Parts: sequence; C-alpha cells; structure tokens
Amino acid sequence: MTQHARAKSEVATPDQFTPSGQIQFGVFFQGVNSGTIWKAPESGSQTDFESFRRIAQTAERGLFAAFFLGEGLRLREHLGRPHALDVVGRPDAQTMLAALASVTKNIGLVATQNTTYNDPADLAHRLASLDLVSGGRAAWNIVTTDNAWTGANFRRGGYLDHADRYKHAEAFVETAKRIWDSWETPDGPARRVLHEGRHYTVDVTPRLPRSAQYRPVLFQAGDSPEGRNFAARQADVIFSAHPKFEDAVEFRKDLVERSLAAGRGANAVQIMPASEFILAPTAAEAAEKKEWVRSLQIGPQQAIAYLEQFWGRELSAYAPDGPLPEIDPVVEETSETRGSGFHGAKARQLADQWRAEAKDKGLSIRQFVTSKTARIDATFTGSYTAVADQLAEYARVGAVDGFNISPWLVPTGLDDIVNHLVPELQERGVYPTEYRGTTLRGHLGLETPVRSADEAVAAVRA
Amino acid sequence: MSTFEDPGFLAIELDGAGWDGADLTRAVLAAESAGFHAATFTDAPAPGRANALQRAAFAGPISRTIALVPEIDTVYTEPFHVSTQLASLDYVSGGRAGWIATAAEAPEAAAAVGRSSVTGAALGQEAAASIEVSRRLWDSWEDDAVIRDVATGRYIDVDKLHYADFQTPAGFPGAGYSVKGPSIIPRPLQGQLPVLAPASLIGGIPVDALDAVLVSAPTPELLAAEVRDVRARVGAGVAVVAELDVVLDARGQAAAARGASFDGSRAAFAGSAPGLTDFLADLLKEADGVRLHPASLFVDLEELGRLVLPELRRRGALRPLVQDGTFRGLLGLDRPASRYATGAAAPAGAGK
Repeated sequence: MTQHARAKSEVATPDQFTPSGQIQFGVFFQGVNSGTIWKAPESGSQTDFESFRRIAQTAERGLFAAFFLGEGLRLREHLGRPHALDVVGRPDAQTMLAALASVTKNIGLVATQNTTYNDPADLAHRLASLDLVSGGRAAWNIVTTDNAWTGANFRRGGYLDHADRYKHAEAFVETAKRIWDSWETPDGPARRVLHEGRHYTVDVTPRLPRSAQYRPVLFQAGDSPEGRNFAARQADVIFSAHPKFEDAVEFRKDLVERSLAAGRGANAVQIMPASEFILAPTAAEAAEKKEWVRSLQIGPQQAIAYLEQFWGRELSAYAPDGPLPEIDPVVEETSETRGSGFHGAKARQLADQWRAEAKDKGLSIRQFVTSKTARIDATFTGSYTAVADQLAEYARVGAVDGFNISPWLVPTGLDDIVNHLVPELQERGVYPTEYRGTTLRGHLGLETPVRSADEAVAAVRA
Repeated sequence: MSTFEDPGFLAIELDGAGWDGADLTRAVLAAESAGFHAATFTDAPAPGRANALQRAAFAGPISRTIALVPEIDTVYTEPFHVSTQLASLDYVSGGRAGWIATAAEAPEAAAAVGRSSVTGAALGQEAAASIEVSRRLWDSWEDDAVIRDVATGRYIDVDKLHYADFQTPAGFPGAGYSVKGPSIIPRPLQGQLPVLAPASLIGGIPVDALDAVLVSAPTPELLAAEVRDVRARVGAGVAVVAELDVVLDARGQAAAARGASFDGSRAAFAGSAPGLTDFLADLLKEADGVRLHPASLFVDLEELGRLVLPELRRRGALRPLVQDGTFRGLLGLDRPASRYATGAAAPAGAGK
C-alpha cells in the first residue's frame, strides 16, 4: 500500500457503517443511446445549450447534488458504420460544465473523463480549472478504456492491455491528486510534481490553488472486483450498477469491506446507483406511461439492430414482432463498437441462450430486446407516494447514498421528479430541504481530504 | 476627420480576470458593454491561470455579442479533444467561438506530458496538423445529419457522417499520428470556427488554413509597417490583427507612473485615452483588428469603455456590434458548406 493510503488510515472514521438516513439525487445526462427518447414531440435538442441549461436548472431547483455528463470518444457503430437509430452526438463534458457553471449556483458538475486518452497533468489542470470557476463544484467520474478502436481518434492510439487499465488509471489518479495537493497553502507556492512510471512521465509545477472544496470530488463507475477495489482506494462516490434494493444492500456491505481493507472508513465511499424513474399520480397511470416510454426507447428497427450487433449480420428479414432468428451469429465475439457493455460476449452461446429464454417466456424480438435494454432493475415505476416510500426505505437502511437519475426525455425529463417526488421525499424527512453548503463536497457531506504528506516532492515509481 | 471604408474590430485579452467565476463574469460583461467585439483568453502556463477554454465557456451563456476566443496549444494536446472542445464552445456561445492556435515552445510544456520538446519549424507543422484535424472533424457531420426520421427509426442519416481519416504528412517531425473520426458532436453552429494564429507560425501553417493572424512589433511605431508586411504575405483572405499592450492614464495616475510590467514581446502604448484613440484610429486603417492587452484589466477596461471605444465608434472606425451574431459574421466570413457534403463547392484541399 502506498504512503497515501497509510496517511489516510490515521484519520479513518470508525469501522462501523452509519446510514445517513438521507438520499440525494444526481442527474446523468447520458446524451447518447436508446434510453433517451427522440421520437416524442416534446423531445428537445441533444446539443443546444438550452437543453442543458433547462435540465441543470431544473435539477438545481430540486436540490440535486450533481449534474453528470457522460463521455464517449468514438461514435458507436453498427455493422461497420455509425449507429443511426439512437441519439448520438454530445458536447465535450468539461466545456459544457464550465458553461453551466455560469448559469447555476449550487449543483455539482461532474465530468466523465477517460484516463486512457488524457495526460494526467493536463486533465488535472482542466479539472482544477472547472473546480475554481465553479466555486468548488467540480467532480471527475473516472473511466478507463483499453480498445484500439477508440484509440484510433488519438495520437497515442490504443495502447493498453485490458488487465493493465486499472494500474494505469490508478497511477493517473494518484498523480492528479498530487497535483491538486501541491500547494503549500491556499495561496501557494506550488511544489513541483514528478512522476516516472511505466505508463507516464510527468514533471509539472501546478498552476492552480485549491478550490473551495479542496479538490474535485472523485466518482468511479467500474463494477469488477478490480474496479471496486480501485474505487475503495481512490474514489469519494461510486456510481454503481446496483439500484435494486437487495443488490444495493449487498453492494454496500461489499464496498464497506473493501473500504476498510483499503484503510479508509466505512462511510468513506458513497454509493449512487444509476437509475430511471417513471412516475405518475397513480400506479396505473405510471404503468401505462412505462409502456409508452419503452415503446419509444426500443422501436422495431432498434430491436432488430440490437440483435444484429450480437449476431454480426444483417437481420432485417426478421419480423420485430416474431421470434428470435434461428440462424446463428457469424462472429465469435461481439465487438466493442457499440460500447463497452456489448463487448466480448460469446456470440453463439449467447444466441442459444437468448432463443431459449425468449421461447420460454413467449417474447417477440421487440419484447425480448426491450427486456434486455430497459434497465429493468434500475427503473422505479409507480405513483409519487409509492416510489417515495420505496426510496425512504433505502435511506433508512443506508442501502445507497443517492440515485443518479437518467432522464428519458430531454429537456423535461426531470420535471415530474422535481415537482412531485422531491416534495414527497422531503415530507418523509429523507431528502435535503436546502443545499448544505456551496460546494459539491459540502452537499454530499464528504470530508475534506487530508493533504498527502510530503509525497508531492518525491518521485514515485508506479 | 478620417473616414473608414472598412471599419475594424477590437479584441481584449481577459487574462487579468483570473479564475474566479464572479471576476470572470464581471470582466466579460464589462468588455461586452464597453463595446469590444471579441474577448481572448491566453493559456500560456503561468501561476494562477486557469484553462482558457473553460474560462471562455463560462462566459458563453452570460454574454450575447462578444466573440470568445481561447488560446489552445497544438503541440502537447490531443487534436481530437481540442476539436470537440472548440465545437462545444461554439454551442455554448451561440456561434461566437474562435480559436487562437498556438504552439508551445517552453520545455516545461513537454515535460508536463512526458514528451520531448518540439522546437523550430516543427512547431508550425504540429499546429498545421492539429488545425487540419479540427477542421476535418468539424465538417465530419454535415449540417443536416440529424434527421429524427420517426418513420424509418433513424436519428441520423448515416450517409451524412464522414470519417476524417487524418494522417500526419510524410516528413512530419516527431511521432506521426492519425485521427479517424467522425467527431463526437454535430457540426459547430458556425460550421467552421475562425482559426487565428500568431504570424510567427505562418509557413508552418498554410495560409489557407487560417482566418486571421496576430501580428506583433517591438514598438507602436513599427506596428503599422509590420501589419502591412504580414498582409502582403497572407493576402486578402486572412484578417490581420495587431497586438498592443496598453496602459492608460487612469484614476488620477499617469500611465508611466502605473508601473506596468510588460515583457516587451509586443508593442506597448502608454499614455492618455485620446492619444490611444488616435493611435488606434490610424492603426485600424491598416489592420482589420487590434487586440489590446491591458496592464491592469479592470482599471484600463474602465477607461477604454468610457473614453476610447465610444470615440472610435463615433469616428466610424469600428464595425457594428451584432447581438447574437457569430464570430464568422464579425470577420465577414460566410458559413461554409462541409467539405464532405455532396455537391459542396469547396475545392479540394481548401483549408477552411
């Protein structure tokens, strides 16, 4: 373990996890994929600034802790061409967040940024800039990529072994932290940061002081054991894939153990799962709305295209309302070109399994694909009061610290949540009634990091 | 009194505003209400200086008229990121974005990213490559690529997206690279952002890749001649912008007594507001624009807005300000078709 982790353990909070009894919301403006409905008359622009302003300001009205932007560094492709059926095209995360900083006051601004196609000194500087111009509201959602396909857009190309990417990411994050820690006092002077490792050589004298929240908050979204350990060592918040109650409780236990093992406190890492909300005054109306949402998320062409991605061949001869294709995939493994979630499945095996599953449940292609893509576990559907009761239970046991909500409509997708769900949660005493401070770290109730000893002057070998 | 057949524009460097959101807001609003046409944001590494592009982006939603033009290095940055960041700046500013493409010479810039230092003629070649990547990526989505066709289920017309397939040319110094594309963001509002570069990079950067050049001279007296000289080299298609450090008599202090610490890399004007007005009126007969670097942003900006710009405007030396206009519009540039558009009139190899 590094000096950094040892330094932290001295100030580690008790090893008993204590639920806060509260939940917070973040909004994840994904920007691309089938989750965002573009076919409805009220579907707005995905690139105009006004869409972003409207969502961020609505979220801020609802006292959301954070506004997240996703990132993709190569357009998803389908059978060798850009994928045409889903929303595609989105702005650079930090540029958009810097603009939103001038028209919002409190909400945290979270940029998803890749460790593989950035330089630590440059990215740390840009995040520090965002943190300063926003008055201490910036965060970094750390992601890694290893494929040469995305690397084709970059000077350095695709250069990482899959197994190496977390080592690489950790060296990156450690260097970034040292850059942010490098000022002796809030006014300086900055100390030179040297890093010479297998992946990077960095020699930089940082230019920016600490922000009102000390340094950007760190989010991390990896779910593999390595990803979880990485989060337990480095992150402030984990953007998890486990919103379902029992899974969330399990995930909390697992993460608490990993945090303690990493020498940090049981409450050191917060959890905000990805989620989607379909709400209405009554359960029946919500169920009806869900049908509508799903029918627009996965249209007939998208259902066929989804299977084509796994089959590796054209399937347009198959009826979306008929059974899954009897013919076999032509590829061994699915490729990364539709995004990492699709990467590396054993195509033939998967096809057999899916055909059996669809037959068993009596599902058509479209129904089956909808069931695979609809974030089943991540969707809360129901009346405002019923969903509020459900979330209050998460808060009571501390299953999560909040939810990171992907709106299915832009820019009005948060209106129901802010207008109806938030007041219900506030009545139950499980949701903030005002912003706790002026910084993201403050809203989340995260402790100010302890400045890592005199590491900043020492060259460290990764 | 002189008449202006072709009035010019004024830009102001906002570096002195620092990184604080409230100070940035104050600076950009002051510059806009003073009547400046453009604000620039330097990015040369210096203590306390935040990323230029983000400062420009912050200014986007709170301004309506002023063009926002950050400096971004081309040597130690990823061209793909630079391109999408600038395209995004164009969206958040409603089409008022531009780019001062620079080529970092300091060895520290190389050390920060663990690369060996690029020097001499190679700087221009790095800049040229990065600009070409950006321009191709900006064109890689045709204007009408997003079709939202419910009947066929297509959000985009995939025939209107194009691979950039950039490859550094033979003889490129250092490690060559390629960029595939398409961009991850639709075509910028202006189609192509205006690209500016210091005159020192001309040659390395082909003239037809630039929309404007920044011209410096050792003294104010030499500036007009330098502008004429550069104009002869770049031709009529590229705007020539003169660089001027400025310290004015202000708040009861003579300019000379204000202790301005200019580094001598640009011509410096020290004196009264009327003196500067006359100087700029003459200079704008030669140059398309002038960029002012005030000694103390808020002090000099006040004098400029109160005394200098109104008088220049009265004399007809300045172009009109257009609310919700574009930076291309300010420079008198049409919105170009994408080089990849079917039936596009752009000749092969046209840089912009």
